[in-house]
Amino acid sequence: MPFREGPLGDLKVPLTWTAAVALIVAVVIAVAFLLADRRETLQQQAYGVTRQTVDTVSKPVSGVIAAPGRWTGVGVDAVRNYFFAGSENARLKTELKEMRAYRDRYLALVDENERYKSLLGLKTDPPIPMVAARVVADSRGPFANTRLADAGKEKGVVVGNPVMNERGLVGRIVGVAPGASRVLLLTDIASRTPVMIDRTNSRAILTGDGGPNPKLEYLRGSEPIQAGDRVVTSGDGGVVPRGLPVGAAVKGLDGRWRVVLFADSASIDYIRILLFKDFAQLADQQALAAKVLPPVITENPEQSILGPARPAAPPPAAPATTGAAPAAARPTTPAPTAARPATTRPPATTRPATTTPATTAPARTPQ
Amino acid sequence: MTGARPLNPGRWLGVPMLFVVLATILFAAPIRMWGLQLPEPVFAMVPAFAWAVIRPSILAPFALLLLGLFLDTFWGGPTGLWGLSLLVAYASVLAVRNMLTGQSRPMLWVWYAGACALSMTAGFLFTMMDSLAMPSLVAVFWQFLATALLFPFAHRLIDRFEDADVRFR
Repeated sequence: MPFREGPLGDLKVPLTWTAAVALIVAVVIAVAFLLADRRETLQQQAYGVTRQTVDTVSKPVSGVIAAPGRWTGVGVDAVRNYFFAGSENARLKTELKEMRAYRDRYLALVDENERYKSLLGLKTDPPIPMVAARVVADSRGPFANTRLADAGKEKGVVVGNPVMNERGLVGRIVGVAPGASRVLLLTDIASRTPVMIDRTNSRAILTGDGGPNPKLEYLRGSEPIQAGDRVVTSGDGGVVPRGLPVGAAVKGLDGRWRVVLFADSASIDYIRILLFKDFAQLADQQALAAKVLPPVITENPEQSILGPARPAAPPPAAPATTGAAPAAARPTTPAPTAARPATTRPPATTRPATTTPATTAPARTPQ
Repeated sequence: MTGARPLNPGRWLGVPMLFVVLATILFAAPIRMWGLQLPEPVFAMVPAFAWAVIRPSILAPFALLLLGLFLDTFWGGPTGLWGLSLLVAYASVLAVRNMLTGQSRPMLWVWYAGACALSMTAGFLFTMMDSLAMPSLVAVFWQFLATALLFPFAHRLIDRFEDADVRFR
């Protein structure tokens, strides 16, 4: 039976009302999306299949659209290089003269540093592998500052990898798709990066707000910062390696300390994704978890500290006969004995005098 | 009955959506000339204003929601942020639609700028609640300015379809 011949055939609802209902439904859906969003968690699971698909599709499309701009930039650079070759040559010669002095000092410091490391037996961080990528799209608005790079899962990029250009830190990876990855810039409002002031080692959190110069929050110490101070990553929390250049400190118009990013002074067309894993990730967690924990040490009821001291059992032989001189020379630390499972054995064998006679026998000799 | 002819959704909803998507992708190109980057206007504000002025519709809110979700996904922002912000502006313009009818072009531009400001304010507040941080007001202002300059496109869309369905004049 056709709908118009049915009992609801004469029902007419004003379009304005139905439009209002549609609007409310759309708003409810949008609110649900916003509440369900977990972008700030920086987890691969939060970067859903939809975003991965859009990134994968956007990469070639944006790459084609960005190509003319890139070619124009290359052409402008070529023309500029041709016309300003003389002045650039003079500038580079001056710079080279300065750099020679820096090189000599650098080589001396490297040598000195190596000697210190060998003396201390210091275990240094392993070198960090990198992946080069090209940026094909970017967003610059106040609510999202991200870049789309053309390197993804197939190159080993994972969520959390830091991203740099030739001048400094750019951001970190928040989403990985086949062939593409999304970079959250330091300027994004969701970005939080542990940094330190190079001059004073004062720690702070670099907080993006959608503007070009992120804020320095939670600065600690008295007089921790001055205008022009170099800001580098602190490595705290293991998110990014320590010592990556970030920018220079400036006082903002709002009176807060902000950072002029080094990365902004260069084009961000090409980036390097650091396949960085902190120590916690490098360590074999399964091997660490497989260790048998030491038994819990409980109080021995027969050795209460409140009761009278019991005479120690006679020392069991050889170690006790080593003589008093070495025993006195050794420190009487109870730690090794405390770690032993005192309660799992009979009292006679658990006493420190019986297990480490050289350290404790003189003190527990029966009167 | 020709005056009551419904609009073809493909023409007044589909084509503007396609243009918005293309323009958004185009302006996301990482081009930097003399240290300056392309502006990033919210092209979806054009249909959000024009669709509400042209006529009430059941499909338009969902089309805006789709556009907002595309913006969030393509720009890498929180999902639902722009969908909700655009719908707030759309709902407000729809509520005062009778006042807008017959207004001059400069006056409509003022109303459009007001809708943009409302949408940006909504985005600002939603971002504050979502990220528990305050976005840069300067950055919000620049995006508002770039978006407000898109009014000629909205006016063109209104002119094209305002008289297509006389029931809502």
